[in-house]
Amino acid sequence: MRDVTLGQFFPSKSIIHRVDPRVKILLLITFITLIFCTFNYFSLALVVLAVISIMLLSRVPIKMYLKSLKVIIIVVLITSAINLFSYPSDPVFQWWVIKISVEGINNAVFVAVRIISLILISSVLTFTTSPTDLTDALERLMKPLKVFHVKVHEIAMMMTIALRFVPTLLEETDKIMAAQKSRGADMESGNLITRIKALIPVLVPLFVSAFRRAYDLAVAMECRCYQGGSGRTRMKQLRISKRDVFSIITVCLIIVGVVLCNLLPHIR
Amino acid sequence: MNVLSVEHLTYTYSVGTPFEHIAVEDVSFDIEKGDFIGIIGHTGSGKSTLLQMLNGLLKPTKGIVKLYDNDIWEKPKEIRKIRFNIGLVFQYPEYQLFEETVYKDIAFGPTNMGLSEDKIKESVINAAKFVSLPLEYMDKSPFDLSGGEKRRAAIAGVVAMDPDILILDEPTAGLDPIGRDVLLSQICSYHKQRGNTVILVSHSMEDVARVCDKVLVMNKSKMIMFDTTKKVFSREDELNSIGLRVPQVTHITDKLIDNGIKLDKGILTVEEAVEQITERLKKEGKL
Repeated sequence: MRDVTLGQFFPSKSIIHRVDPRVKILLLITFITLIFCTFNYFSLALVVLAVISIMLLSRVPIKMYLKSLKVIIIVVLITSAINLFSYPSDPVFQWWVIKISVEGINNAVFVAVRIISLILISSVLTFTTSPTDLTDALERLMKPLKVFHVKVHEIAMMMTIALRFVPTLLEETDKIMAAQKSRGADMESGNLITRIKALIPVLVPLFVSAFRRAYDLAVAMECRCYQGGSGRTRMKQLRISKRDVFSIITVCLIIVGVVLCNLLPHIR
Repeated sequence: MNVLSVEHLTYTYSVGTPFEHIAVEDVSFDIEKGDFIGIIGHTGSGKSTLLQMLNGLLKPTKGIVKLYDNDIWEKPKEIRKIRFNIGLVFQYPEYQLFEETVYKDIAFGPTNMGLSEDKIKESVINAAKFVSLPLEYMDKSPFDLSGGEKRRAAIAGVVAMDPDILILDEPTAGLDPIGRDVLLSQICSYHKQRGNTVILVSHSMEDVARVCDKVLVMNKSKMIMFDTTKKVFSREDELNSIGLRVPQVTHITDKLIDNGIKLDKGILTVEEAVEQITERLKKEGKL
């Protein structure tokens, strides 16, 4: 249960960690768009190269990235397989109803590489940005939505609180499960319905404690005069620095590179 | 006869990751039937991990736990039966209550054991009596009880399984002084009446000194003492050096001894101290 790596902060002091979170989010969106704007192997290779360099720069162990890929590997395999078999014209390989063409192979490779790069580059963001920084940045970026009466600050606060309590609730679940097991609860055997029923002794106390925690937290926040977003100042001010400008320029250069590569003759 | 014996018990969390750490290291001891044992140690000294290995919630990385000379992990599929024999009451057990009525909640354990309806009823009522929960509470929702009552209801839920060994992890934490005393004396009378083995983890040296026959001291994942309460609490300096202390009354009488007043070493309760001091004064003709 503790092995949820997707979206886990990995503290370090690399360049990537120190880039302004707002810049990081915007650059991530740009980069993801870029991944899907690769039309030949040259541009694809360039993007992969960029992803790998960013991963190395982040100084997060490669093992962590591989772990986050583990979750998605089945999706990658299935989508590539579908692409591989769905171009039956001009087959280079044929067996029974299976026909594989060059186009199919190309598409399969592209889809697989794109999805993997997508996951890796998104993991860079979550590994190198603490949840509080992330929600803080989202709040700033969503500020223009205030015009449409979207409660940006409240949404961001809810996200922060939710993220904050994920590990707490996991720990709590472990504890309650252990307590019920020591009263003889059986959670490992039986069919689906008995297994779902076996969860009731865990879920009820878990909900009760979640409500209790929510209530306590609300009281604690009120004690510190929390009253929502308006007029609230920040301890940590976000400022665009040289480092951020540098990273924006780098991504722009990669964009130019990809566009130029796309102009090269198609060899696919 | 040894009810429970533990040999070279070791537990390591997150083996093979950067977060690997040893919580319990090479612990061995024997517990005889009817023993009342206290476990003391600093927070993070491995007490809770040790307890969870004793009733098979955690499988030891190394070493064996033997119940009546049988390795509890011999048949991993039957580990549930072991848990009925070794009842573990967790810290703040009131947070495990979940049923609609107190009766149903206390009956959860016995029902899991597969007892008959009559037997369940008998054991629930007995358990409720042991923790002095009034029988009219049985149809109430456990969430309507007060904090202390919830705690007692949750303890009854484990007692109802009638385990040979009852393990309690800080049962008095967070209770008011009267609640502590009441709960402690209930555990004592449970121990006396049923003649079962009880293991009590506590941060209150006074509580341990008052009720336990033997004390096991944990420090930094290792067991450093396991002896009678008197002997353990007469090693004040050693206990102090690992951040524990002796009961206040023991501390005072030890100081008196140091100052040349002849008393026995390792006095554990105020009553005992009063008795010895009056005797002493009478002998010297001052009383």
